[in-house]
Amino acid sequence: MTDLPQNTGQKLGLVIDLDTCVGCHACVVACKGWNTENYGAPLSDQDPYGADPSGTFLNRVHSFEAYFDDAPAQIIHFPRSCLHCEDAPCVTVCPTGASYKREEDGIVLVNEADCMGCGLCAWACPYGAREMDAKAGVMKKCTLCVDRIYNENLQEVDRVPACVRTCPAGARHFGDLGDPESDVSKLVSERGGVDLMPEQQTRPVNKYLPPRPKDSKAVMHGDSQLEPVATEATGLIAWVDRMLEKLP
Amino acid sequence: MTQPDINLSPKPGDEVRKTTCYMCACRCGINVHMKKGQVAYIEGNRDHPVNKGVLCAKGSAGIMQVNAPSRLRAPLKRTGSRGSGEFEEISWDEALDIAVGWLKPLRQKAPEKLAFFTGRDQSQSFTSFWAQNFGTPNYAAHGGFCSVNMAAAGIYTMGGAFWEFGQPDWDHTKLFMIFGVAEDHDSNPIKMGIGKLKARGAKVIGVNPVRTGYNAVADEWIGITPGTDGLFILSLVHELLRSGQVDFDYLARYTNAPVLLDEETRLFQRNEDGKPLVIDRRTGKKTPFDEKGVRPDLTGGKGKHLTVFRLLADRFMADEYSPDAVAGKTGIAAERIRRLAAEIARVAFKEPVVLPIRWTDFRGETHDTMTGRPVAFHAMRGISAHSNGFQTCRSLHLLQILLGSVETPGGFRFKPPYPKPSEAHPKPHCKVRPGHPLDGPHLGFVHGPDDLALSEDGSPARIDKAFSWENPMSAHGLMHMVISNAHAGDPYKIDTLFFYMANMAWNSSMNTEEVIAMLTDKDESGDYVIPHIIYSDAYSSETVAYADLVLPDTTYLERHDCISLLDRPICEADAAADAIRWPVIEPDRDVRPFQTVLIQLANKLELPGFVKEDGEPLYRDYADYIVNHMRKPGIGPLMGFRGKGGDDVGRGRPNQDQLDRYIRNGGFFVAHVPEQAQYFKPWNDAYQNWAVDLGLFDAPQPYLFQLYLEPLRKFQRAAEGHGERQPPDYLRGQIREKLDPLPFWYSPVSEGLEDNGYSISAITQRPMAMYHSWGSQNAWLRQIHGSNPLYIPVQLWQEHGFEPGDWARLTSPHGSMTAPVAPMAALNCNTVWTWNAIGKRKGAWALSSDAPEANKGFLLNHLIHELLPPKGDGLRWANSDPVTGQAAWFDLKVRIERIPGDAGPDPDFDPLGSPVGKGPVELAWEVGND
Repeated sequence: MTDLPQNTGQKLGLVIDLDTCVGCHACVVACKGWNTENYGAPLSDQDPYGADPSGTFLNRVHSFEAYFDDAPAQIIHFPRSCLHCEDAPCVTVCPTGASYKREEDGIVLVNEADCMGCGLCAWACPYGAREMDAKAGVMKKCTLCVDRIYNENLQEVDRVPACVRTCPAGARHFGDLGDPESDVSKLVSERGGVDLMPEQQTRPVNKYLPPRPKDSKAVMHGDSQLEPVATEATGLIAWVDRMLEKLP
Repeated sequence: MTQPDINLSPKPGDEVRKTTCYMCACRCGINVHMKKGQVAYIEGNRDHPVNKGVLCAKGSAGIMQVNAPSRLRAPLKRTGSRGSGEFEEISWDEALDIAVGWLKPLRQKAPEKLAFFTGRDQSQSFTSFWAQNFGTPNYAAHGGFCSVNMAAAGIYTMGGAFWEFGQPDWDHTKLFMIFGVAEDHDSNPIKMGIGKLKARGAKVIGVNPVRTGYNAVADEWIGITPGTDGLFILSLVHELLRSGQVDFDYLARYTNAPVLLDEETRLFQRNEDGKPLVIDRRTGKKTPFDEKGVRPDLTGGKGKHLTVFRLLADRFMADEYSPDAVAGKTGIAAERIRRLAAEIARVAFKEPVVLPIRWTDFRGETHDTMTGRPVAFHAMRGISAHSNGFQTCRSLHLLQILLGSVETPGGFRFKPPYPKPSEAHPKPHCKVRPGHPLDGPHLGFVHGPDDLALSEDGSPARIDKAFSWENPMSAHGLMHMVISNAHAGDPYKIDTLFFYMANMAWNSSMNTEEVIAMLTDKDESGDYVIPHIIYSDAYSSETVAYADLVLPDTTYLERHDCISLLDRPICEADAAADAIRWPVIEPDRDVRPFQTVLIQLANKLELPGFVKEDGEPLYRDYADYIVNHMRKPGIGPLMGFRGKGGDDVGRGRPNQDQLDRYIRNGGFFVAHVPEQAQYFKPWNDAYQNWAVDLGLFDAPQPYLFQLYLEPLRKFQRAAEGHGERQPPDYLRGQIREKLDPLPFWYSPVSEGLEDNGYSISAITQRPMAMYHSWGSQNAWLRQIHGSNPLYIPVQLWQEHGFEPGDWARLTSPHGSMTAPVAPMAALNCNTVWTWNAIGKRKGAWALSSDAPEANKGFLLNHLIHELLPPKGDGLRWANSDPVTGQAAWFDLKVRIERIPGDAGPDPDFDPLGSPVGKGPVELAWEVGND
């Protein structure tokens, strides 16, 4: 068993806007690229050009349909990665101490040197956010780009996770969710950000901004129809002439 | 507890090289992080005008494209039969000698017997220059099977199109409607723009039969019946006109709505200088439209004279365009159309955007503010890839213009070098003189029958029959007709097909199976009907197997390129911009950049424009051409860092340091449009003068938007029997009806031919994480889209009793095929769809033969013919738009049957031999640190 820190200094995490995510997978591949080259073992791909290509990804986008009684179905694009939970069951279940939550910022990481690849943490995670790398035999997960966000070799503006930096629609936000005055906390408050599966009592740090109402009266702005000024062309021509005569 | 020490500051690389992405046509700036000379990580360039730092999935996966096992390694000479995939690797000297051996005699005797067509070519101003100097009329890129309807309708109507030629005013738009777009050339800018709208709560309306991607995030979705967008748009026009909710001032000033028509010919009334006439409201007299101070009268002096406006009011106020009349066909309820029209009118006219910017128009009038209608539109292939696509795109432009929302704040804005009226473009040229260059550029904009590309006997002069009576305004050529016409010897036989970067033996051809048969067909003497095929590609695509000679291209990180203002540039509405690619890595194979190979061929062929009088080459390679070529004095491929010291912009002498300066500047150059020139560009003195200074054109060229398109009327007149050049009789009816000078809607031309239950629309959508065929060889991207089910609307799914794991048989009037299925609710109830170009042929792209792309992936192309089924009139009519010749991919109608369980692919093709072998069984691509 591995202990969780009592309190973390910051609660760094992501805010993901489901109203804006177009499902382009930019975040998926930027993450794959950065984390293949950086933090720990590269993210490997098995059978990459064959019948059943299967690689390690720390972030995936799922698309699903939502149905409504009084409106057409919708497609929701749902990016999924580690939520850096405050009560992270993947940490407490780890038999070697490899899985841990950082005291200073709350990021959940795997110390690959101590990971024996038993996979208990992946079983414990209710979100399916951990992936065993088939080549390296160690557990991989979102690091919140811990090797970017403090990286002195990057410009300050680039010290954000790769997925946030690359997102073309601006649907991903990064910051300290422990600070109520942070931009991300304000966004969560304005837009009614939610925890994923709160009933699991993991207290996720990451938040999701729900899709705004669509196709409903809420987006119709009370318009109904235009009043005709003429029903045929000659009438319109006469109306235009009358109108233009009024102009100086 | 002690936490492990981790390195929080790893170096992303030892060097950053900034170049331009080529994972699709968006052309974003990228930072390529290098370690020890290898690519370690690719991210967006924050300074770049296109992507401002962001990057899509394709762009980030570039590292897997550069190491793809499908990369060709050396020039190939065919040793087996065509299609076997059996080749031997040869030297470049031998490859160039073979090509010259075929091409040189053609140039001397019959240059038209070379058909040179380039696909996803980003160097068209260069490849066309090569073809022009070779002397063949048979050159085009892939626009004819892509979206020429959009380009042609936009440029003819308003001097610019959606596509990458313009963009919504993302910062001011309050209502954004997007038609028929799953993914687009402007891939990242659209996402960034929608993100901006979402952040400030502006409304997005998606019009698309399929609710994926941009339509998924739209606040309101209109799941329209494919091919009826024009009807829906014109019904909105009907509502707006009836209620007087159009911008009359804008129409009078900036469009040809007030232009006078001759009652009999319905051509413009013009003065002796050829200037269209209007009634000046100040005097009541006929006056040239552009005279200083003139106030054009929309109604022609209270209806005394026939104006364009009166004609269009007549047409669009008619009952056939009323919401009640169009509801059934479009699948959109009449009350919803009325409500949408009211919403558009409210935003346009009750919530205008007024910017305090003073500007002067071309009639000399100064305006204190810039007032705009903040309703913006964007559209793409979904409305254009129909046989009524040209008139549908025109209809949408009509709607934009009636609202006064083109080139005004909050509306749609052009990107330099647009706006540019169709008259400022070249006309097509087709005069062949053996041993000499063609008489001018191949492609362009026709303005009447005199401009068609016809031989002396009136037959089409081009192998693709572009600019002929069948499709007079085919501004991008018709690449999709080249193989079938060459095979048929119609209008004549050719000797050598030369293709670049277009997968014509697979996903880029309609009727794939028969096209393959044409490529391999032999005549009675046992020779191939198409004698020689040369193909250049960087990768082992399906088409490679059908070439006699393969010229292997480099990847995009191993080459020079220019994204030029002479071509399809990367400008923004606020700035002209161009960019380069440069070799950030060296090829590890015996491959050469295709453009350099063309220069080497030109030098051996001693083509004018490429060699001096004495035969000495002018250019060493493409980089040398980019720097030193001048199209006009002072105007070259790149606008930045010209002149001796590199300080000239736009116009200036070649500068030998130009490419280095671009590299040091991040791989691109930007010239900002001054504030007072940013809107009303076609009529704005400040913009016109800025564009002249930059070299975009040589004199100010203000013009009117063409609601009524007079060139179309000239074709109609020919079909009515007027003039010297006459269409063949069988085309007269089509030209009279379809080449209408005012937009209108007609059923797609295949409609009514199929009474046998072909009632379901079948379309494709382009996935955001894949670009055509290129993505499947990419180890990361193919894990996102490795196969493509046929999505079936839930009601049809239930009616046919489909179950998960089933397949379907799809049958069209042309053919039949199988596909795995999946149910979907967010879909037009009578439309099936799939992702575009995921299906691959076994053996291609260095994938294993059991790859899902080749066993579950499929193409709808098998169901689509380049000709319509016989009508019984003895003729075969093209499955394309009768104005432009655009391939009508999305007119496809099918019938569907359930096949329980896994049926497997049908048609099923033999595996191709692979000239590159197969990829590794495992990847862990870490360049690593020292």
